[in-house]
Amino acid sequence: MTADDRGDRSISTLPEGLWTQPTPSVPVDLGDDPVRRQVVPASMRYDYTPGLASTRFLRGLAEKRFLGERCPETGEVYIPPRGVSPVSGLPTTEQVEVGPKATITSFCVVHIGFGFNAPPTPFVSALFLPDGAAVSLYGTMGEVSHDQVRIGMRVEPVWVDDDQLTESMENIRYWRPIDEPDVPAEQLKGHM
Amino acid sequence: MAVDDSAGGEGLLRAPLVIEYPFNRTTGPVVGAFVTALRDRRVLGIRGADGRVVCPPVEYDPQTGAPLDEMVEVGTSGTITSWSWVSQVREGQPLQTPHALALIQLDGADTAMLHVVDAPGPESVSTGARVRIRWSDEPTGAITDIACFELDGGAS
Repeated sequence: MTADDRGDRSISTLPEGLWTQPTPSVPVDLGDDPVRRQVVPASMRYDYTPGLASTRFLRGLAEKRFLGERCPETGEVYIPPRGVSPVSGLPTTEQVEVGPKATITSFCVVHIGFGFNAPPTPFVSALFLPDGAAVSLYGTMGEVSHDQVRIGMRVEPVWVDDDQLTESMENIRYWRPIDEPDVPAEQLKGHM
Repeated sequence: MAVDDSAGGEGLLRAPLVIEYPFNRTTGPVVGAFVTALRDRRVLGIRGADGRVVCPPVEYDPQTGAPLDEMVEVGTSGTITSWSWVSQVREGQPLQTPHALALIQLDGADTAMLHVVDAPGPESVSTGARVRIRWSDEPTGAITDIACFELDGGAS
């Protein structure tokens, strides 16, 4: 793979005198095409298991359902569930379906995309608080211009075709706006 | 709906997960010269502030931090200064058969470089053993242009 395949970009120059390095004297002829760049991959391969609670969540996603789990002390529903409440530390004992409609709690306009699934730039990545949940899911926005997105905007997920559903967050192609009034930002405090 | 964990790990999802950083790095003048020379089947070190030859070359002196600029050609044979035997080969390692991982001081260098030695077994490897570079058939200007080291005398 060449540097160009990786979206090569020019390197900014440092201000004069900030950093200098002598050009080495080299005892052999390096020719007209010295190496200047290298792709040096570092990779870690895991056999990943999400655990019991997140397995339940992912199996729900395969049916286009968001399955959170409730903290027995505060009553808040956490998603994706990790099996324990992050607030009380107690095991979650009740499964609760939330969403699929949701509210944007935070967003970012992305101008440099990376990853093999990244949409064309600029796009909006955002946190989506499913109705009934205490915390937000990460995703990207579609069917709307990046400068129209706002905190409190009401959205729904757009799923892949039914025959493409797996136990994966990739079942959600993106989220899109729905015709409902915005949720006031004050109501979203503590739910990002 | 009540959560039921009584089945334990039964039905637990499991999937391969690869976390990969495809770093595209600039080599700089010193490492750039080193890997360019490897493409021509030559090895370069660099002279440190105390006159010792550091190979692989570094941009700044290991002791003083002063920038270095005098590259010198070293040999393509050397001596094992330390080693261990890799009996279980993992994906992505330079050799896919059991081999030695060794520190090798090339002739003319005062420091050792880490690389693999293709050898029939641990009994054939020893500190002080002479080794030479086996070059890659298709050099690209990378450390992998050294396919491995082999024992001098052609034991492998």
